[in-house]
Formats: sequence, structure tokens, C-alpha cells
Amino acid sequence: MNLEYFIPITYMAAAASFILALKWLSAVPTARRGVIVGILGMLLAVGGTLLRLDIVSYQWILIAFAIGAIVGVPMAMMPMTAVPQRTALSHAFGALAAALVGTAEFYNLSGTPEMSKFTMGAIALEVVLGFLTFTASLMAFGKLQELLPTRPITYKGQNIFNLSILALAITIAVVLTTTLSYTWAFPIMCLLSLTFGVFLIIPIGGADMPTVISLLNSYAGLSASAMGFVLNNKLLIVAGALDGSSGLILSIIMCKAMNRSFTNVLFGAFGQVQTSTQTAVEKRSVRSSSAEEAAAMLESAHQVLIVPGYGMAVAQAQHKVRELFDVLTKKGVEVKFPIHAVAGRMPGHMNVLLAEANIPYDRLLEMDEANSEMAQTDVALIIGANDVVNPAARHDKGSPIFGMPIIDVDKARTVMVCKRSMNPGFAGIENELFYNDNTLMLFGDAKAMVGKIVNELKSGK
Amino acid sequence: MHTAGNVETLLWIFLLATFIGFEVIRRVSPLLHTPLMSLTNAISAIAVVGAIVVTGRQQSTLSTVLGTIAVTASSINIVGGYLITYRMLKMFKKRGPQS
Repeated sequence: MNLEYFIPITYMAAAASFILALKWLSAVPTARRGVIVGILGMLLAVGGTLLRLDIVSYQWILIAFAIGAIVGVPMAMMPMTAVPQRTALSHAFGALAAALVGTAEFYNLSGTPEMSKFTMGAIALEVVLGFLTFTASLMAFGKLQELLPTRPITYKGQNIFNLSILALAITIAVVLTTTLSYTWAFPIMCLLSLTFGVFLIIPIGGADMPTVISLLNSYAGLSASAMGFVLNNKLLIVAGALDGSSGLILSIIMCKAMNRSFTNVLFGAFGQVQTSTQTAVEKRSVRSSSAEEAAAMLESAHQVLIVPGYGMAVAQAQHKVRELFDVLTKKGVEVKFPIHAVAGRMPGHMNVLLAEANIPYDRLLEMDEANSEMAQTDVALIIGANDVVNPAARHDKGSPIFGMPIIDVDKARTVMVCKRSMNPGFAGIENELFYNDNTLMLFGDAKAMVGKIVNELKSGK
Repeated sequence: MHTAGNVETLLWIFLLATFIGFEVIRRVSPLLHTPLMSLTNAISAIAVVGAIVVTGRQQSTLSTVLGTIAVTASSINIVGGYLITYRMLKMFKKRGPQS
């Protein structure tokens, strides 16, 4: 067959594979098939590209493949608790690739008749999005890995300063596109985009990471799509658009789960330490309890809901939680896990951790299902979650999380909160749940505390 | 390189692909949002196609160097992305082995 037809056919097959891959990923039973067909699509795309006649040398391509494989395999073997930072890092790589290809195309095409205004516009979009996503993802990685301070950092005039950097980069992009000259400004545009990426993440706190990671996912995809417009490659446009829409949907879901808008997430610096509202409740007392008491209550319960949060990931407590699940299930207690959409540091974070610990996924509940079961629940055990169970979201108009849909654990007969100390959670918001009459506080490291409860349950039979 | 009709076709493709993306991804269970993100990440490493072209054409040293870095970055995402997605999905079990 003629190559002229063969390559586009491999590309079409690749695009179809990617769509099927995402379709099959929608449910667990078909999801693995989705990954396989996704790999197939990628092999077709790469294979088809390597056949192109304008590729004159394979040396550097093969070296790059080899390095990619050597680095990629260990990156896939990271522990599941490190998945958010790994994801941020791979967004950075994806965006860097798009930005560098755009830069190379700019210098190859610049001054030739092939550089149309449309091509230049697409290059500018690809490069600006690519570079800003690159540094923003690296910053997100730094915060998630706790190499950088995880609290949002704000200063006066921050938003105006950040937006002027972006505005300047966009102005240069517009000038380059409309005039097709002033090529000396291109590196300045790149630098401004890189700088904007850094400043964009500085005011973002850990609680907003799920939204921001999703948004960066979307940008990386759109950047690849823009590359498709530059290179006149329809496969790139399709695959980039799929990634772009996926990231966008996830960030919308995350925003809704927090009852906040995009602007508020990006510019609101959620999670600064609040001092004003705290003094009023500080004098109230909490009921502290022990592992023995908790074990006895759990044992006599019919239904227990365990609500995990980021604290479980930090304490690496998921395997102990699984032991608790086993022990209680053996004793005939019904144990389920309500998962809030923004629990953890990325979409689906808790689900993956619990799956890693071998907890069957049909035991995991979405928030609405959990709330409808709350009245029949004897014990709600909260492990490392805070804001997603704060009843203030329902009634306290002054609270920063007012209006956020929460898991109504306070409606369970007894609430147990496993927590390191009385320090407020990541968002720095006081949680009135801890002071309720039906709340018992279990102070200590989540892993150690759950371990103690498991031992009590095992020895008590 | 780009004629008006061609530009229009590309924009149509983008429009329709975005809608397909929305419809397909809307149906993904929240249970699988993390694997979804790592899979779309691997898929968007399709940028490797552009990177291969830029590297292999050897138009200038600059574009070969930038292209090589881009191929490296995207192949990290291809290998790492698919592998970790598969690893994660293998962990999702309906009934865990009872000990």
C-alpha cells in the first residue's frame, strides 16, 4: 500500500483506539481492556510516524526512546501514596514536550512562506500553554512532595501582578501572530509563560490541589491539540482534545464538590490560616477516648462507615485500615467507605489507596449514597479527613466552606475522629464536629491508632 | 501549508473531538478518576508524534536538540503512564481475598 494512505490510516486507527480506551475506562470490569487498546493506539501512532519519509535520521529518536523507557518504568513503580506528585510531574513532562516542539517549529518556519498567521497563532498558543503548564506542574509537584511550603503564600497585589505577567505574554503572542515579525520577542514570551506558571501555583494550598492538577491536565492536552493545528496533524488534535476535555470535566467536578468557582480556586488562596473565627469556639471541650473504648463500640455496631482523608495517606494507614475492615467484617459488622470527591490531593486519590490495600471496591461509597445510609449508621470513623465532614458547611454562612457538599457524619449515632491533635485541618478552618456530644476524639497517629484498635478487637474475642 | 478550507476542517475536528471527550469521560466512575487522569496523561503524550518529526527531519541543531528532549519527555509519559494505569487497575478487586 502507498505510504501516503497508510500513515493516515494508522493515525485514524490510533484515534479510534484512544476513544475506545477512554470509553472502556468508565467501569472497572472493562478498564484494563481500555489500557491495552490505549497502548495499541500509541504503538500505531508511533509506528506510523516512524515510517514518514521526511524523517531522515533515527539516531536521536531511538536514544530518546531508550532514556524515556529507563526513566518511565521507575516512575510507574512509585508507591500509590505518591501518585499525586507523580501525576503532577508527568503533566510537566507532557507540557514541556509540547512547548519544545512548538519552539522548534517556530524557529524552523519563521521567515519562510509556510509561516502563516494561523500557524503562528497556534504555535503561540501551544508554547504559552505548554511552558506555563510545565512550571506550574513542577511547582505543584514541589508542593505535593513537600519540597515547597504547602500552605498558600499570598502577598498584596498578587493577582494583579500575576495577571499582568500573563497579559504581557498574550500581548506578545498577539503581536507575533498579527505581524509575523518581531521574532526577537518570542523568547521573552516563553520566559513570561514560564514565570507565570510559577506564580500561578504560589497561592494554591493543598486542599485545592485536586482542582489544580485537573486543570493542568487539561492545559497539557490543549497544548498538544494546538500542536496538531501547527503540524496539520488530526490525530494530535483529537488526542489533545480528549485530554483537554477530560481535565476540564475533572476540574469542574472538583469545583462542584467544593462549591467553588474556577476563579475562586485560582485566585482565592483558599486555606490561609484564619485567626478571627477560631477564638470563639476554643474554650469548648472535646471528649477524648481510647482505643479500648473505640474497639468496644465498633464491635457492637451493625454498620460502620470509615471516612478516609489525606491524613490517612500521610500516615500510610491504609493497610491498617484494611486489617480493621477484615476484623470487623469477620465479626459481622457491615463496613463501608464513603469517599468525598475532593478527599486527598487528586481526583480519586482515596479510591486508589484503598484499592491498593485490597479493600474491595464495592465497599466504597460516593457521598450521596453514604449520606442516605447515615441514619442507619452506628459509628462513623473518620481517619485523616476534616473539612469534608465539617457540619459548618451546611449552616455557618460565615465559614469559608459554607455550601460545600459534605459527608454528614454528624448524623451517625456515634462519630469517632482519629486525628493527630486539635490543630485545624489544611484549610485552617475550625471543625465544630469535634465538639459535638456524640463525637469521640482518638488522638494519635492514624496508623498507630488504627493498629491499636485492631489489636483490641483481635484480643477481645 | 494551511489553506482556509483546511483550517476549517481542523477546527471541526477539534470541536467534535471535544464533544466526544465530554460524553465519554462524563461516564467514567469517580472510583476511577485517578487511573483516568494517568491514562489521559499517557494519551496526551501523543505529542511524541510531533516530537519525532521535529527530531528526525534534522532541520537545524536547535530543532534536533529540542525535539530529542521532547521525545524523551513524552516517552517517559507513554511508558510510565500506561504502566502505572495498568498497575492501579489491577488493584481494583470486587471481593478482596479473605484472610
